Amino acid sequence: MQTAWWAVVFLLCAALPASAEDRVREGAYLTVLGDCAACHTPPGGAPFSGGRRIPTPFGTVIAPNLTPDRETGLGAWSEDEFARALRFGRRRDGGFLYPAHPYPYFARFTRAEAGAIHAYLATLAPVHQAARGADLSFPFDLRFLLRFWDALYATPAPPLPDPGHDALWNRGAFIVTGPGHCGACHTAKTWLGGDVAARAWQGGVVAGWVAPALDGDPRTGLGAWSAAEIAAFLATGAAHGQLASGPMAEMVTLSGARMTAADREAIARYLKSLPPPPPSPPPPQPPPAVMAAGAGLYRLRCAPCHGRDGEGTPGLFPRLAGSAVVIAARPDTVLRVIRDGARAAATDAAPTGAAMPGFAATLDRAAIAAIATYIRNSWGNAAPAVAASAVTP
Amino acid sequence: MTIRLKPVDAVIIGFGWSGALLAEALSGAGLSVLALERGQFRDTAEDFPPSRAPDELRYAVRHDLVVKPAENTITFRNRADQTALPVRAWGSFLPASGAGGGGVHWNGQTWRFRPSDFLLKSTIIERYGKNFLAPDLTIQDWGVTYAELEPYYDRFEYLCGISGKAGNLGGKIQPGGNPFEGARARDYPTPPLTMPYAPTLFAAAARACGYHPFPQPAANLSRAYTNPLGVTLGACSYCGFCERFGCGNYAKASPQTTVMPVLRRRPNFSLRTGCTVLTIAHDGKGGKARGVTYADESGQVFFQPAEIVVLSAYTFENIRLLLLSGIGTPYDPASGKGVVGRNYSYQTTSSVQLGFADTLLNPFIGAGALGMVVDDWNGEHYDHGPLGFIGGAYLAALATNGRPILNHPVPPGTPRWGAAWKRAVAKSYLRTTRLLASGSSLSHRGAYCDLDPGYRDRFGRPLLRLTFDFHPNDLKMSEFVTARLAEIARMMRPDWLVVAKRQAPYSIVPYQSTHNVGGAVIGGDPATSVVNPYLQSWEHDNLFIVGASAFPQNPSYNPTGTVAALALRAAEAITRRYLRAPGPLT
Amino acid sequence: MTRRDLLASVAAIALTGCAVQTPESGLRFLTPEETASLTAIADRLIPADALGPGAGTAGAARFIDRQLAGAYGTSRDLYMRPPFLPGVPSQGVQSPLTPAARYRAGLAGLDAHCRAAFAGSGFADLDGARQDRVLADLEAGRIMLADGGRAFFELVLRDTIDGFFADPHYGGNQGMVGWRLIGFPGARYDYREVVARHGEPYREPPVALA
Repeated sequence: MQTAWWAVVFLLCAALPASAEDRVREGAYLTVLGDCAACHTPPGGAPFSGGRRIPTPFGTVIAPNLTPDRETGLGAWSEDEFARALRFGRRRDGGFLYPAHPYPYFARFTRAEAGAIHAYLATLAPVHQAARGADLSFPFDLRFLLRFWDALYATPAPPLPDPGHDALWNRGAFIVTGPGHCGACHTAKTWLGGDVAARAWQGGVVAGWVAPALDGDPRTGLGAWSAAEIAAFLATGAAHGQLASGPMAEMVTLSGARMTAADREAIARYLKSLPPPPPSPPPPQPPPAVMAAGAGLYRLRCAPCHGRDGEGTPGLFPRLAGSAVVIAARPDTVLRVIRDGARAAATDAAPTGAAMPGFAATLDRAAIAAIATYIRNSWGNAAPAVAASAVTP
Repeated sequence: MTIRLKPVDAVIIGFGWSGALLAEALSGAGLSVLALERGQFRDTAEDFPPSRAPDELRYAVRHDLVVKPAENTITFRNRADQTALPVRAWGSFLPASGAGGGGVHWNGQTWRFRPSDFLLKSTIIERYGKNFLAPDLTIQDWGVTYAELEPYYDRFEYLCGISGKAGNLGGKIQPGGNPFEGARARDYPTPPLTMPYAPTLFAAAARACGYHPFPQPAANLSRAYTNPLGVTLGACSYCGFCERFGCGNYAKASPQTTVMPVLRRRPNFSLRTGCTVLTIAHDGKGGKARGVTYADESGQVFFQPAEIVVLSAYTFENIRLLLLSGIGTPYDPASGKGVVGRNYSYQTTSSVQLGFADTLLNPFIGAGALGMVVDDWNGEHYDHGPLGFIGGAYLAALATNGRPILNHPVPPGTPRWGAAWKRAVAKSYLRTTRLLASGSSLSHRGAYCDLDPGYRDRFGRPLLRLTFDFHPNDLKMSEFVTARLAEIARMMRPDWLVVAKRQAPYSIVPYQSTHNVGGAVIGGDPATSVVNPYLQSWEHDNLFIVGASAFPQNPSYNPTGTVAALALRAAEAITRRYLRAPGPLT
Repeated sequence: MTRRDLLASVAAIALTGCAVQTPESGLRFLTPEETASLTAIADRLIPADALGPGAGTAGAARFIDRQLAGAYGTSRDLYMRPPFLPGVPSQGVQSPLTPAARYRAGLAGLDAHCRAAFAGSGFADLDGARQDRVLADLEAGRIMLADGGRAFFELVLRDTIDGFFADPHYGGNQGMVGWRLIGFPGARYDYREVVARHGEPYREPPVALA
């Protein structure tokens, strides 16, 4: 897939003069860093033709068509208009885009980079496909309110390069806080959907999936990961006994696996520089009866794959012992995966893409909660117990 | 109205092990590849997760993963003077269906054939003289040698992560392995599985008899393994639901757990399930195969043109499609001439059941290919001169199929029902085991396949007709090896023992083995073979017929390793040589 | 999460873990009379004793009823095209009769036989010794039914045993009594810890598919 994708870019470039060619290639690569396809390419559809429904806590936003179709895409947009939308979240008429479009991060793009992306998108085959707007709940359906959101949260990030760090770190900082928009998922959001600055990189929950902390916390963050493991995870979706699934699987396949190795190394370098948060008090011990029930169910239903001691199998079954996702403050991922199952990312380097079956038909809510509590509090794990009432039926 | 589809470089008929291996090689070489599979799509988590897989009634008794006889079956008779009747419910064997084919629900016994197996006829004549063989035996050499196949055996073992212990590394005999095997370039990719009790007792008894027990090479992996394609398999958990079941925890090598994750990422590969190939189109003898006609589940018929046609269905369907398509001369048992349907052979199995009063064997702990094997009475490992037969068997204690519906033995003399039966079964289940002799089957003039003159399938096509009975040579062989097996069994000092000999006539009813082989055999001479040593049709050089249908006779070992090695060798010949210079590969 | 929530979860698990499945009353193929006969037959084939309940009590009739209403009973997946010619035993069964039809005819024949031989009593009304004699006569071919008494006996014996050892969700192994009888741990999927413990008893209780 990766080969095929690049072949398309090179074919496109073959028809252009050298400098324009470089610009298109740069733009194409920047869409990889920005993981633009994750939202703007519909599953199984033409690249960047939009129409994909993006669930947010406030309702559904529909990603627009970025192909150069004049009526439904960007065909009629000037480079300036595009750059303004990309970097500052403004529509052609000057109104605000919903911040599902991560423009607070994309403000890191220079005007020239925005132009390169525009140039690349202009080479795509136009697809006539109207974006169908958004379906948000009141008051989030009122776009004019977004100016307040903008004022509150679209605060400029610290300038780069930071002379206190080397070029690799600065490149990583640019990707992570810019096009990579990692904080869009990995930083907790306020009720308005803006970043909670004080809890930057301490993890969040997106569309029912836990995005674990990226800070230096050895339990809940990346403190126990080496930089090489982080880079490998971005490239393959499998490292440190963990496997990418859910939205991160998509990020890996569409973005991480297609980046240059140098950029993955830069990201890892930057993330490893994030300090651990201040220590928090240990959670209360779960009730022994729940742990006993969970242990029995775990051995029966989970151990055949994840192992008696939650050790997992690298590249196949995620390790539960020491997993940041398992012990995250919120058990959303654990519960949804037990209930509905999940499929791991498949990449050229780690193509297995094993799937876990859902247990919704097999286990009731109390049983799922007991298993969740058990795995969150075994083999050195410690996290708040999960109530049956927390399990979505 | 037949819909004509866009041509592809290669069309593959049947997506079991053979089809999957060819698909991987051909699509990897850049060809556009379409695989057509009669059954449905299957994958681990969706179709046989651990929460559904261990269901003996559904899979082992009602054969959920096997082709339904209503969709396709064969007719059967022992002799040509009988009227063949349809196999209405499967018994003796269980042909597969669905993506992955038998590779989904096999036991995982992964063998290499011996060097002498590929040169059987010349070896026997050289050793015992021309007159030793019964005149109606039609055994022959393969036209390919062990040495030529060794790299492909190796490749398949490393694709699967086979667990085992080498017995012969580059000619040097290794303690603990099979001292009789052909030389291998390197050891198995993963070490042997952990042995449960019954195979351990068997191995000790076999050693006491002076034999050389070794662990059965297994596609149930002793530890997690990542294959050269980057696909990771898990470690076997000895759940005991293996043969006839899909593996729920990615621990049994199958097309799903070894190559499908890679194929699914290749835009030049596609798999269409629910598609039954009706015929192979061709330009007549010496011309090209043009593609295939197939029907989808709605009955719509399509013509799929292709530059290369790979026929990789089950043995019976390979033969039937050749006959239905008018490819190759059908075998005539009266004259002995013709090749398609000729040299069918089977597997000559027998067993010994033994029970203990106090020893707990816990037969529910198992895997498909978990056990210890003795190869001392197999093939040319012993002198047949004074015995008057050829062939042999491997003797094994396999901890497999210990589930209670099909395995609830009682001591001989126990009533078949009532209180006494109940007491006996309660006591015996955990304390009984079975030893197996998996014996060779020689092709002979009266064992063959052709089209049935009367019975038809759901598309109105004739069913395949099998005419088969055990050859006296094989019955003699079986008698001999079963006696050796019983000796080992007695050495285990059981409290009771029942010997189940193999006797004529062959019956389609009790399960014996799904190792139906031959009928489109490999060889160096078009007068006695359907495919050349690269599995290329003698008649159409762009048609490759892959599978155990190529075996000219059946050595004692399970066929999958050799099926795969032949498939990989053919695939390499196609990608390295045929694509460059299309034509006969000899 | 409150303490009450947690206790409620534990209680719920305890319940799902131990509760005997509530029987579904609805029959899908058999009549109540046929069910009574089959239950009585199954309770003689695998009788109640000190080791545990009999197969009839364990749900044999319910198991057979469900099987007869499905693919098995209707021979849905088998090759059922004519002609049905007599063959030799090595060619397997050649009969247009489905298991459902054979049960219907066989149970009717057995009932008629018993009522004629035992002054109007059906099989289920006989005492255990007489029931055993009838079954032994069927098995030995001394009682002829339309479909052959012996073949019908073999059919019922096989299906009764199948149900007794099949997963409880099929209805014939209620409370996993068949598995408990012999020591089969059921739908477990991981014996890595015990594979090398030669000769030791396995102590975990059986589990069913959920």
